[in-house]
Amino acid sequence: MKEIINLPVSKIDEEEYHINMGPQHPSTHGVLRLVVSLQGEIVKNLKPHCGYIHRGIEKMCEKDTYPQIIHLTDRIDYLSSHISNHAVCLLVEKALEIEIPERVQYIRTIMDELTRIQSHQLWWSSFGMDLGGLTCFFYGLRDREMILDIWEETTGSRFLQSYNCPGGVMQDIHPNFQKKVHAFLKTFKKKIKDYDRILSGNVIFENRSQGVGILSKEDAISYGVTGPSGRGSGWSCDVRKTEPYSMYSKVQFNEVLRYECDTYSRYMVRMQEMHESMNIIEQLIDNIPAGDHSAKMKAVIKLPAGEYFQQVESARGELGLYVVSDGNKTPYRMKFRTPSFSNLSVLDHISRDMKIADLVAIGASLDLVIPDIDR
Amino acid sequence: MNSFFKYFSDIFHGVKSLLIGMSVTGRYFFSPGQIVTQQYPENRKNLQMFERFKGEVIMLHDENNLHRCNGCGICENNCPNGSIEVIPARITGEDGKSKRIIDKHIYHLGMCTFCGLCVKNCPSNALGFGQEFEHAVFDRSKLTKVLNKTGSSIIKGVE
Amino acid sequence: MTFNIYDFTSFNRWIDEGLNSIMSPTWALITEMAIIGIVFLLFYAVVGLFLVYAERKVCAFMQNRVGPNRVGPYGIFQTIADFIKLLMKELVYIKDSDKLLFNIAPFIVIIASFMALSAIPFAKGLHAIDFDIGILYVIAVSSLGVVGILLAGWSSNNKYSLIGAMRSGAQIVSYELSVGLSLLTIIVLSGTMQFSQIVEMQSNGWFIFKGHIPAFIAFVVFLISSTAETNRGPFDLAEAESELTAGFHTEYSGIKFAFFFLAEYMNMFLVASIAATVFLGGWMPFHVSGWAGFNTIMDYIPPLVWYFGKTAFIIWLMMLFKWTFPRLRIDQLLTLEWKYLLPINLVNILFMAFLVLMHWHF
Repeated sequence: MKEIINLPVSKIDEEEYHINMGPQHPSTHGVLRLVVSLQGEIVKNLKPHCGYIHRGIEKMCEKDTYPQIIHLTDRIDYLSSHISNHAVCLLVEKALEIEIPERVQYIRTIMDELTRIQSHQLWWSSFGMDLGGLTCFFYGLRDREMILDIWEETTGSRFLQSYNCPGGVMQDIHPNFQKKVHAFLKTFKKKIKDYDRILSGNVIFENRSQGVGILSKEDAISYGVTGPSGRGSGWSCDVRKTEPYSMYSKVQFNEVLRYECDTYSRYMVRMQEMHESMNIIEQLIDNIPAGDHSAKMKAVIKLPAGEYFQQVESARGELGLYVVSDGNKTPYRMKFRTPSFSNLSVLDHISRDMKIADLVAIGASLDLVIPDIDR
Repeated sequence: MNSFFKYFSDIFHGVKSLLIGMSVTGRYFFSPGQIVTQQYPENRKNLQMFERFKGEVIMLHDENNLHRCNGCGICENNCPNGSIEVIPARITGEDGKSKRIIDKHIYHLGMCTFCGLCVKNCPSNALGFGQEFEHAVFDRSKLTKVLNKTGSSIIKGVE
Repeated sequence: MTFNIYDFTSFNRWIDEGLNSIMSPTWALITEMAIIGIVFLLFYAVVGLFLVYAERKVCAFMQNRVGPNRVGPYGIFQTIADFIKLLMKELVYIKDSDKLLFNIAPFIVIIASFMALSAIPFAKGLHAIDFDIGILYVIAVSSLGVVGILLAGWSSNNKYSLIGAMRSGAQIVSYELSVGLSLLTIIVLSGTMQFSQIVEMQSNGWFIFKGHIPAFIAFVVFLISSTAETNRGPFDLAEAESELTAGFHTEYSGIKFAFFFLAEYMNMFLVASIAATVFLGGWMPFHVSGWAGFNTIMDYIPPLVWYFGKTAFIIWLMMLFKWTFPRLRIDQLLTLEWKYLLPINLVNILFMAFLVLMHWHF
């Protein structure tokens, strides 16, 4: 109770009451705690309390060597683990000025896009579940299973792969990889139509999402809401376009932008991105050049003293990596700019004067991953 | 008048979209062939994991109970979580020189995050990943394993 | 005695006369009531448990799963195992909750659905009591359940429960109107509120065919609004899992939770049987007037099969709703009722009355 009284609410209305959504709540997908001030069903104020799953990854990175850091980045945003790994590798390679074989770049890009698809599939599943359509959850997970199988065959893990390593990837792709990716693309192109039929076009869904949680472009920029959530507000913030890395400068794809600024547009951006990701994979999958799966690296990787920054487009937005090196094999300081943290910050702003049900829909549309917030 | 027609077209489109949604679930209801559930404990006998599956770290032994580990400790250094402890021993070889062999290669499964750095960095390819995935035990101490089998020794010429 | 699965009247009379011959009329009446009570309790438990199992299986098939399959063949004893588990669970009492109301709320919910069940005719002569205002009785009694939900939410001393209960109150008060009006449409056609007569009148064609367009509209409206009245998805706002964790029964555990759970499924059974009785002819076989041969073949199928078949179909439809659609928001829920269902219903009644006056029905 004490904490509730100490809330920085400008003026405590007598008719307002507070409820704790979380740390254990079905719609917060983890241990996010939202202290919500309600007036009837209307959300008047909302204060996120982070830190329930803070593991001190930034500090842990300071004792780890660069190859070891990669397995920690898996655990920041567990749904786009491959992309986080990729960021560390890009940073190390940029600092050491190593030429990376083209085959590695192809593999990494394909893996990144598979990661994006499976992340969006899981997001779609949980979005449907948050809105009360429980069947969506199973359809999304069913199709995600194919990607997990592809990964398991090539990287050995289903979820936290640690597949990238500085200079390349841990193992070459499995001989079945291309065949399975083709099979996945073929199947998923059919299944994604079900997604549209069961949720996107549904009149209840449209009413629940359209005009809910308006995030203007200005607010998106000033709060730093990146990724599909920012692009749903019409902000062109795709790092794959603005700062291309790996193969993204060479493949043709559209940056999905929508201008309705509401939950529905954030939803549609992600649905479209799944199509775009499939498009990217199709361009790359048959053209993987032969070659080595890793560049020659020294046994001990030491970055030259200095500051380095690398950003990548994770499934949730812009993942920034800032490293201060003092020339040792471990970083002096490592800072992650995680997309979910910035995306969470806007939740209070856009869910005011909405209903509790809208708050759940908005929270789902921002696609928050709680370990990504707390690190 | 426009709003009048809009009222009915809204109803029409709404009902249509609901029927489309119901057709999806209804179709799956009547197509039991699409069930994806795996009957796990029943299919245990013919459950085939992928060959690269990271179940646990094992030391590769051949049929003569020989392994390739010389106890150099590179895996221990590479492990980010301290889940590997290498306890070397010294023996006197045939040529009379003292040489290092592995006494115990201790592996704490409970701490392992399966990053694969030990397997990748092993200079003599002594380590690999096992396919075993049913690791549940009633006592945490059972998660600490000794990877080199009792009575095993190193393959000649690897050290 | 002639036991006949097509007509239970003589069977009932045989029991009645038998009891009267061995004891005084008062005791015979009391014994009959006790027998009926026990039969209904058993029926209630069996149907409730079966529906829970059916729901889990149906939703599993819709989601490409297999559902419960561990306890017994095809998992048919799963719900019994669950029920035993719920019986053995601790009843948690909440600090500062209103103990009396907290304890009686599940009983109010379950009694309301139990009472409404008594008016349903399962086959010819097989009903507990045949009111001449059967429909009115069912509407009145089944809406008592909301009192239990409101009490449960209020007495739990939990904000989630309170929000859930208030939503449920607003929802059921609104949708009760649509349920009543859509049944009224059929009463206009049938001219009676007695369930047995309503069924008899459908012997030459079910009301959904006899009343064609307005009857069909009334049927759809009844399906929607009765789904809402039973607090089932997509109208499960009172227990909206992703918003209010469990809504009005957040603080209930053990057998009291089981009562809410059972009552929800029995309410579903109840509205499905009302829909089956009023719109689809209840236990009456499918008859087409003029096709004598076809009608006699249909008559060979026992009425109980017809009745449970129709009820099961409507329950399946309601499950399809629940497992397909996302949940509505509270204001959209009320918009749907007051701006769409209610006006449509009112116009529909006028249409039906016009139809009946002009003898345009079959």
